[in-house]
Amino acid sequence: MAIGPKPAAGDALRVGALPSRELLRGGELLGHTHPASMDETELERYVQERVLTTTLDKAVAWGRSNSFFPLAFGLACCAMEQFHTAGPRMDIARFGFEAFRASPRQADLIILAGRVSIKMAPIIRRLYDQMLEPKWAISMGACCSSMGVFNNYALVPADKFMPIDVHVPGCPPRPEGLMHGILKLRKMVQDNPDAPWRERYGAIGTEECRQDQGVQSSGAGTSGEGPAGA
Amino acid sequence: MNASVSDYRRQEESITISAVGEQFPDGSHDELLTLNFGPHHPATHGVLRLLVNLQGEVVRSIKPIVGYVHTGIEKTAEDKSYWKVIPVVERMDYLSYYFNAMAFCGAVETLVEVEVPKRAQYLRIIHLELNRIASHLIWLGTSALDLGAVSIFLYCLREREQVLDLFEMSSGQRMHTRYFQVGGVIEDIPKGFEEKVRAFTKIMPGRADEYGAILNANEIVLQRLRGTCPLDAQTLLSLGVSGPLLRAAGNPWDLRKADPYSSYEDFNFKIPVGTVGDNYDRFAVRLAEIYESVKIIDQAIDGLPEGPFITSDRKVALPPRHELATSMEALIHHFKLVTEGFRVPPGEVYYAIESPRGELGCFVRSDGSSKPARVHMRDPSFVNLQALSKMAEGSYIADMIATLAMLDPILGGIDR
Amino acid sequence: MPDATGLQLLAHELRESDAIGSEGVLDTLHFRGRASLTIAPERIRAVLLALRERGYTFLASVHGVDYLPHEPRLGVHYELLDMSRVDRVTVKLRVPTDAPEVDSVTPGGPDGPGWPTADHQEREIYDMFGVVFRGHPDLRRILMPEDYEGHPQRRDFPVGGEPVIFTFNEGERRGAAR
Repeated sequence: MAIGPKPAAGDALRVGALPSRELLRGGELLGHTHPASMDETELERYVQERVLTTTLDKAVAWGRSNSFFPLAFGLACCAMEQFHTAGPRMDIARFGFEAFRASPRQADLIILAGRVSIKMAPIIRRLYDQMLEPKWAISMGACCSSMGVFNNYALVPADKFMPIDVHVPGCPPRPEGLMHGILKLRKMVQDNPDAPWRERYGAIGTEECRQDQGVQSSGAGTSGEGPAGA
Repeated sequence: MNASVSDYRRQEESITISAVGEQFPDGSHDELLTLNFGPHHPATHGVLRLLVNLQGEVVRSIKPIVGYVHTGIEKTAEDKSYWKVIPVVERMDYLSYYFNAMAFCGAVETLVEVEVPKRAQYLRIIHLELNRIASHLIWLGTSALDLGAVSIFLYCLREREQVLDLFEMSSGQRMHTRYFQVGGVIEDIPKGFEEKVRAFTKIMPGRADEYGAILNANEIVLQRLRGTCPLDAQTLLSLGVSGPLLRAAGNPWDLRKADPYSSYEDFNFKIPVGTVGDNYDRFAVRLAEIYESVKIIDQAIDGLPEGPFITSDRKVALPPRHELATSMEALIHHFKLVTEGFRVPPGEVYYAIESPRGELGCFVRSDGSSKPARVHMRDPSFVNLQALSKMAEGSYIADMIATLAMLDPILGGIDR
Repeated sequence: MPDATGLQLLAHELRESDAIGSEGVLDTLHFRGRASLTIAPERIRAVLLALRERGYTFLASVHGVDYLPHEPRLGVHYELLDMSRVDRVTVKLRVPTDAPEVDSVTPGGPDGPGWPTADHQEREIYDMFGVVFRGHPDLRRILMPEDYEGHPQRRDFPVGGEPVIFTFNEGERRGAAR
């Protein structure tokens, strides 16, 4: 299952300890060297940057994962199933996520429920930029994950303009399906370290840029400036 | 500014303040404030954008801007064979999916001149009325949420879960079930469906009584709804408004009674009509429609005739699976229908039904091939939205929110 | 619906009137129990007014059609409903792509009250097909972004879409970064 050149015997244990996702991605997409070809000190630093070692990090991650504040954001049919996830049968309040915030400044999880049209995409991007770090995004349904039922001129898959953590398939996904996606995100947050989010998802290049100014300087979590439009 | 930024963007990003003209003694003017009820807003029932001109708290004019969930469904539908258009078209008005499918299937059945068997018509009516109840429940829940009555939302979702269970039982999916097909329905109802429907219709009137009791005794709801934003039936007719909004203003126009389709004439039910046409009447008319729908479902289940659930015209409907093992023609029909789809003789037709929001019409143009040449849905929310500015002009912002809730717009239908 | 003879009588009456004239009504069609009149585009306001006087007071729908490859290519249909007699009639007109102008029926005028319901619907036809409605109070795009180029519902406009990302073409995504 390992990709790239076979690691030397001494490094086998270390490389095995890395999260498998990093191994699969290889780091080449991010421009890093493959861990199997790093030397001792680089590998040490690589591992330390990525593996949770302190109890404090674990506690913070536990706290963050158990108290998502979703943004009350429904676009189309998937929003109806999102209501049902918050409804009495499939109760999202059991997990502590019932506080749907109206303002993006107070939310840390945006659930894109529904189809994203080209008119709406810049607005969603602006909302995502207004959210404070750390923030996560779930793409609910087939329409925003891939193009869904409607593969045509009017829609944009959400991956094109913002980094998505979990894609939940379905048209619309059952409330149980959305719940499974949210719990998967919870597990992800508990397991993964708190790296700058743009690097974590290879999102370099998705900064907001204006036609007349070129790409803005990217730093972790720079929100796009610009006059308030939406 | 760069020349590549269009005039529209420039206008979007500017702020203008215009004088109303009312001059105060010290020479100052009252100013109009343009407030942007952006597409992301908890109270706009979807991605609706309103530019509201305010003088103090009083609304002077409203300009709705739509298109934020435009999906190009009509264009996609031209690319697919007729039976594949049904799931695509279902996703327009995403709360009344059976109605979208019914309008489209009705239009195609008119073009193909195929007859829908009686059992299929009754099954269609059962599902349509269940969908009407489900749509009104979400309307009630979200409107009450806007007005501040948060618990009604959870009560309505509890009932809606039962309706979605019924849909799952008959077709396998909770929403967008693609249960209606051209010529009938895709499958007969399973054993146990009748008992579950009867159990549901037994409790639903009691639950609707509960909602009425809670909201009608709530002083805040009554104050916000009674007497706010009335509009007379004549103006509504000139704006093309139909459905519960028109009935609340006193005009008892309902396509189920006026121009019955799919055996609605067999059933005995009343049309709730309001008197004043204010927000309270709109609310009361929709709540009363729930009881009438329950009556229709009861009568349909009691009188459900035996027979085929889809037309036996093999050129249009798939043959039953057991025939595929024995009959060569059945196999050929199946193959032709699944790969190419059935051909529809050339022509144009407009077929209208009564959806929970008004007159839902489907225009289908066929050029003789197996894919439609034009599918257009006359969506009731799209036309009803034009009445918003007339209704809410001169009232307070809070009344505008209540009016928007009572208007029951579904942005999927508006934007298609 | 008016039956076939009723439709012919109606067309005859319209042709006899001064406002419309004999070249105003081009064709009648009674298809699947529904009546429709095809008229010359210049007479649309007069025809709708005449039909309003005969009881068809509710304009249910205004929608556009692209008749490619038949010319004239763009069509606009007006669905009228008579609520007291439960009668429907369709009024159709055709305009070519190089001169796609039709009088808007939304505003009132010296020839009669308008049909306010056609406001958003005519904007949608303008957006999707490019038919320009003269005299419309606010003809802008309604569904597409206002600075969009092209008229999507025309038959020669491509459906568009995105390639779905699987593992074999995964490296091609995020065009801005790669």
